[in-house]
Amino acid sequence: MTDVPLRIYLGRGLRATIPGITLLLCIFIASVPMGLPYLSDVTPFLSLMAVYYWSIYRPDLIPVVVVFLAGLLQDVLIGGPVGLLALVLVLVHGVGVSQRGVFLGKTFQVEWWGFGLVTVGAILFAWAVASIYFTTLIDSRAFVVQALLTVAIYPLVTRLFSLAARGLRAV
Amino acid sequence: MRPLGGVERVASPLRGMVQRFAFVLLIGAALTLLVLSKTGNLGIERMRSAIFEVATPVLEVLSQPAVAVNQAVDEIRELIFLRDENMRLREENERLRQWHTVAQNLEQENAVFRSQVSVRNEPQSYFVSARVIGDAGGPFIRTALINAGLKDGLVNGLAAVTSRGLAGRVIETGRHASRILLLTDLNSRVPVVIEGSRYRAVLEGDNSDTMHLNFLAAAAKLSPGDKVVTSGHGGVFPPGLPVGVVSSAKGGALRVQPFVDYDRLEFVRIIRYAFPQPDEVRKGIKP
Repeated sequence: MTDVPLRIYLGRGLRATIPGITLLLCIFIASVPMGLPYLSDVTPFLSLMAVYYWSIYRPDLIPVVVVFLAGLLQDVLIGGPVGLLALVLVLVHGVGVSQRGVFLGKTFQVEWWGFGLVTVGAILFAWAVASIYFTTLIDSRAFVVQALLTVAIYPLVTRLFSLAARGLRAV
Repeated sequence: MRPLGGVERVASPLRGMVQRFAFVLLIGAALTLLVLSKTGNLGIERMRSAIFEVATPVLEVLSQPAVAVNQAVDEIRELIFLRDENMRLREENERLRQWHTVAQNLEQENAVFRSQVSVRNEPQSYFVSARVIGDAGGPFIRTALINAGLKDGLVNGLAAVTSRGLAGRVIETGRHASRILLLTDLNSRVPVVIEGSRYRAVLEGDNSDTMHLNFLAAAAKLSPGDKVVTSGHGGVFPPGLPVGVVSSAKGGALRVQPFVDYDRLEFVRIIRYAFPQPDEVRKGIKP
């Protein structure tokens, strides 16, 4: 063990929680009513972005258990079937961690394209599971809008994540 | 990236195995939760309300800046349209004053008639006002969270209204916060009558912006613009709450546009309404 001064040690510990905290923030912000016309019932799937981004760049700091618990929290806040988003987010984490080699060191366009595929897959899956759960075909327009919106603002949101990640270099 | 140290090289495969195991375990856990949640398991409900209790205060704090921004936007808009708004309000005021006189006359007349035919008075109702602190944020459910709960006397089933009409009903109550199922949600069913013709129907949400009228008598003829109000059947909502207008009545597709503007749902009032109980009714009938 190398001698690490306590101050730096604590600093590292705190900074290691950045991915988890951004994920939590994404979940709460998605639930806050924004009062935007036409978008009240569809908000971008922010937590999906956080899970995808961190599972590619810092999988060591975003354990699958944290992702699962965060999904449960979002399920309860939304008031939907308990376990649905937990399932979706854990699957996305699995995809991110196993395919991170494909995206690391590539251009942002590749990462964005990958996110597009993951989003379409995740939202289609969520729609299918929710339809089975409620035993009816749920109106799919809102899901399409959510997918488009989520993919569209990915570059913006991940800019904020990468600013946060800069603080992680030393960890 | 740091080069792999000796320990990490050995630990890596092991760590991978543990992670894969955790992954499979958690997927199994999520599926189990889904099944239990579907069957209405009591443990799941307890877990849900425990998380709800902890999470809603955080949401209430976070929703404050959103409120401030909304108010600022509204104020700017109001300033811009001040003249037009003033004119519109003056006209509306004139019209409402006439209605006020009509309403007073009708109220007196109604009271006289009621006393003559000895109709039991409608039970008193009173309101609890609450701010919307969260919306569903998901495309498969239409709910809103409000900052009033058990401590304000809220219970499941109460009606939530805005100044325009019925918004939904309370389906989950925590100490300080509750959840409202909006009329447009997939699981929302409201017994209604068509104002004027008095035909009964059930208003069903389907997660779209309008609602569907079901179980309407075949003889009923509807036309766009017909007003839909609650019927009070089923003992959930007080009768006569405005719900929406028929927006299309072509063939089998009877759609109703809600009066409430769900894009701008900031405050709701919860109606605490006591339904007459069977024993009271019996007492009322006795000579």
